Amino acid sequence: MGLVNDVPLQWFLALSLYMFVLGAIGVMVRRNPVVMFMCIELMLNAVNLTFLAFARYQPSGALASGDVPTAMAGQMMVIFVMAVAAAEVAVGLGIITAIFRLKNRADADDLGSLRG
Amino acid sequence: MTANQVAFLLVGGLAALGATGVVACGEKPVRSALCLVLNFFLLGVLYFMLGAELLGIIQVMVYAGAIMVLFLFVVMVLALQSQEAPRHKERRWPLAIVGAIALAATVASVIVTFDPSPFSQPVGDGYGKPQAIGAYLFTEYALPFEVASVLLLVGIVGSVLLARRNA
Amino acid sequence: MDVGHWLEGLGQSNPVALAAIRVVLLVLPILVLVPGLIWLERRLLSWMQDRIGPNRTGTVTFPSNFPLKFLAGKKVRTFGLLQPIADGVKLFLKEDVTPSAIDKLVYFLAPFLALFPAFALGATLPWASTGFMPFTSIPGPYSLLTPVANVEIGILYVLAISSLGAYGLVLAGYASNNKYSLMGGIRASAQLISYELGMGVSLACVALATGSLKMPDMVMQQEAALWGVAEHIQNWFVFTPWGLVSAIVFLICLVAETNRAPFDLPEAENELIAGYHTEYSSMKFAVFFMGEYAAMFLLSGVFAAVFLGGYNLVPVRWEHLADTYPAMAGFYGAMAKLNYWLGPLWFLGKCAGGVAFFIWLRATLPRLRYDQLMSLGWKTLLPLAVANFIVVALYIVFTSLYGPAGGWGAWGGATLVLVLLYLNIAAATRKGPLASPPRRIALVDGTEAPASLREREQVKT
Repeated sequence: MGLVNDVPLQWFLALSLYMFVLGAIGVMVRRNPVVMFMCIELMLNAVNLTFLAFARYQPSGALASGDVPTAMAGQMMVIFVMAVAAAEVAVGLGIITAIFRLKNRADADDLGSLRG
Repeated sequence: MTANQVAFLLVGGLAALGATGVVACGEKPVRSALCLVLNFFLLGVLYFMLGAELLGIIQVMVYAGAIMVLFLFVVMVLALQSQEAPRHKERRWPLAIVGAIALAATVASVIVTFDPSPFSQPVGDGYGKPQAIGAYLFTEYALPFEVASVLLLVGIVGSVLLARRNA
Repeated sequence: MDVGHWLEGLGQSNPVALAAIRVVLLVLPILVLVPGLIWLERRLLSWMQDRIGPNRTGTVTFPSNFPLKFLAGKKVRTFGLLQPIADGVKLFLKEDVTPSAIDKLVYFLAPFLALFPAFALGATLPWASTGFMPFTSIPGPYSLLTPVANVEIGILYVLAISSLGAYGLVLAGYASNNKYSLMGGIRASAQLISYELGMGVSLACVALATGSLKMPDMVMQQEAALWGVAEHIQNWFVFTPWGLVSAIVFLICLVAETNRAPFDLPEAENELIAGYHTEYSSMKFAVFFMGEYAAMFLLSGVFAAVFLGGYNLVPVRWEHLADTYPAMAGFYGAMAKLNYWLGPLWFLGKCAGGVAFFIWLRATLPRLRYDQLMSLGWKTLLPLAVANFIVVALYIVFTSLYGPAGGWGAWGGATLVLVLLYLNIAAATRKGPLASPPRRIALVDGTEAPASLREREQVKT
């Protein structure tokens, strides 16, 4: 069944941590709002990976107590994160293009104009 | 080292490379997006390896197939219309690095000292299959599911409003 | 069957080798057939346009002193079948121009990103029966050979991979450093995103009716009795009312997804030179085309499997006929065996038929304007597919509650309500006379401007 039976859980967590930290750096360093947005997506996906890793590697106590739905909880969270990300991207990119149309350039500082 | 571990290192390593590229290629947004596509695609492969078939394919379909194409579309439309050269950018690297190291150190200390022994892998037959996920989505998680659909509707309406020229 | 036993043994002793055989059996025919498809397109197109087309390449005239007597002085025609090879040689020997000031990495990556999804598409596509051999309950050898991966998410895989096809085009357009290419790439991305929705929802209808996302299951469902009533005829989804709607939506989306005429806006040659592949020459150009033809072929295969009964030649349930009419059992049994064993051939025929349909469309329809493309995708196909989805859901629920009659009753009722709803919306949103009177435009000499000028002014505001 499992393709990863002998891959330690920490490896997944390490990859996830790396992606999350890089995403955080990107949001801080980059000025292009589209790239910043991409970095946010990277962070969201890092969290998704953690969810799925933990969904797969259950604490054995949860299994013993017959609490199988916890195996589903991780996958459910990932689905909802994806739905939220999709909505967020649609609106966020819409805002960026709207600002661009107004100012004819895209920079993180221009997002200040959202204040009105 | 087993074949699975080698496979993970290969896929995960490439995914990490893609993630690095997203930040490193920030001056060229299209390359950044391309690296992110690579990362998302490989994450889908990792989900497959974790047994989450449906989520793996949704990852490829939604992230690599739809969201990133939308990103590329916006990047290219902006590139087509942009007349101004990008302004000189102030760098906030030191702050970012310090913050990142702090964050990484905090979480890594947990991961390193983490005792994985109580964690085992459940091998349910339906794990990650569409049937199982569908059954849970429409029973126990029906309310969040509906809320998510409302959220998506709001997203659609919002983006249509934002995109209207004479709003 | 010896082959069957051998394959079974191989699957147990060396699954990787069996998987490799599956991949080769899928990819090799496509590689071989792509030149044939190019020949088919050129010949068929010229026939439809009352031209002759390439019919000379490969014609050999043997000299009169040729050693083989029966060939001496004869002319052997191949109807231009070697033309694609000549085309290939030409493209291969052409100068490979690489424009300056391009994004080199992306530029060279793009053709392969266009080719990869086209070939990966077929991994979950069954090209022969995966069920039992006729009149037995033993799985036949085909079930070991196809599909390459019989995963639960079969049809979603097709959607996911076909959506990756956008990258080759988009990145080619971006990397070429050419405004026309970039426009082509932008058009490609917008078009693919838009038509994926209709495609996904129309396939969701089928998944709903089948109760499975596996493509072999979808084909097997179509081998049931038609409408649950006509026992001797197979229930190909294209024969059911909802399936017909799904099939039409899916087919249109398919054309848009493969960037074929009339949806070939990304490469519209009279607007954008050649769109995203303007700056590509020689083999790189050929790779784009190979991707396009492979995608066209395999997506025709998906259409055939999902709506046209897959590998069945005709929608007749031969085994059931043989059981019902023992007098003719010999004939019907033979037909059932023919249908089973030559399945790959029928499937190939359906794929080729699909490609011929694409070519027919190209010869018939003018290219859409961009706004027409968008409004067709978003305002016609997507609502139609969603309405169909609701109707199918009702049909299934009522069939399970009240049998076929209840199902068809619910189907009719839901369709009626949706049509009325549509007419209502259409009446409400029809463009009435202008709310405000047209602006008066006075010319310099004080007279009224002609009507044509006024209209132009209105369009602008």
